[in-house]
Amino acid sequence: MKSKNMSIFSNGIIKENPVLRLMLGTCPTLAVTTAAINGVGMGVAATIVLVCSNLVISLLRNFIPDKVRIPAFITVIAGFVSVVQMLVKAFTPSLDEALGVFLPLIVVNCIILARAEMFASKNPVLPSVLDGLGMGIGFTATLTLMGMIRELLGAGTLFGFTVTANTIDPMIIFLLPPGGFFVFGVLVAVSNAISKRQGKPVVEHLGCASCPMHSACKNAVLDSNEIPTDCQNAEKVGGNNE
Amino acid sequence: MNSTTSIVAILLAGILTNNMVLSRFMGICPFLGVSKKVNTAFSMSIAVTLVMVIATAATWPIYTYLLYPNYTYLQTVVFILVIAAIVQLIEIVLKKYIKPIYNALGIYLPLITTNCAVLGITTINIDDGLGFGLSLINALAAGIGFLLAMILFAGVRSKLDTADVPEFLKGLPITLIAAAIVALSFLGFAGIGG
Repeated sequence: MKSKNMSIFSNGIIKENPVLRLMLGTCPTLAVTTAAINGVGMGVAATIVLVCSNLVISLLRNFIPDKVRIPAFITVIAGFVSVVQMLVKAFTPSLDEALGVFLPLIVVNCIILARAEMFASKNPVLPSVLDGLGMGIGFTATLTLMGMIRELLGAGTLFGFTVTANTIDPMIIFLLPPGGFFVFGVLVAVSNAISKRQGKPVVEHLGCASCPMHSACKNAVLDSNEIPTDCQNAEKVGGNNE
Repeated sequence: MNSTTSIVAILLAGILTNNMVLSRFMGICPFLGVSKKVNTAFSMSIAVTLVMVIATAATWPIYTYLLYPNYTYLQTVVFILVIAAIVQLIEIVLKKYIKPIYNALGIYLPLITTNCAVLGITTINIDDGLGFGLSLINALAAGIGFLLAMILFAGVRSKLDTADVPEFLKGLPITLIAAAIVALSFLGFAGIGG
């Protein structure tokens, strides 16, 4: 039992890393990673919300009627986001400024809703909390890594300390939107290459299976003959922990 | 600044310089997920634009007359619930009364509740302190900007299908790198409209 909980916890960090393997939460990943410290801040804020909402949703899993579960989840998540928002505003105003509108947007961060839908609503409290913690750490680690790469290349600093700024001219483009897309693309390529070497399925497309709107999306996708194979693939990557 | 110039400035900023997808990074999921074909990209963007404008029309008065100044901390909770309700409502109304539009857009509507572009634009309108009319124009501009980015990118992706891509970049990585180049081209607009 203990080892099972351990594997639920460690799942989110590497094997099912929410950003690189499940392709969730791409918006904040691209938007706030202009500096490593912002990546850490965003990651920690999202982790707190994720753990708390997983806890509450897991406790309420037998009381929430199936038909209204998505609005119910969103309400729980929005409540915790408001709490975190007020805490960040009060104690770290500089982080509040850096994250801006992306702080309230944690509500619609797919990771949180997806974990509520896929995991917390079907599992007891302890595994749900561990799952939230693991996913949160995976999210934070990826954001921090991306923030470090972009900050180092774009500003020549790391967590605000000068590293290469005096020897190599910083490439500001990495701090601008194109740099975000580019660095993320390269990270996904590296993660795919590693998965392939280990014989695991490669992430081809956004992880439909882990998206809370999966059922609606699947119909949309099949109707338009678009990406059915990718969806199946995503299921292989993301949907095996139920 | 008179109102005509501010309207033009908001339109230009929303569509080009502050493009929802390519410079504000909102709505990346549909941008990468539903941009494989031009016609699906178009339908999705129209649905997003519609929801953005209607959501702004609903959330702005709620914030200004009900929540401000004592209950502003409820903004996030109220906005997301209002958006979720509006999306449901639009779906029901379209299904009942305007069948052809429902057939074209209906499948995308459930996806829009959790699209951060919608919650994003309603929050930005409040944060920027825009009036009701300008908020609606800002939402419309953001929607058109989303549409433009989606259609341009759908065009780029249709070319990518036939391109000879290195093995390790196949799939999502090359899509993201293509998005980087499209975003780069949008940097050229910086400075227009202030």
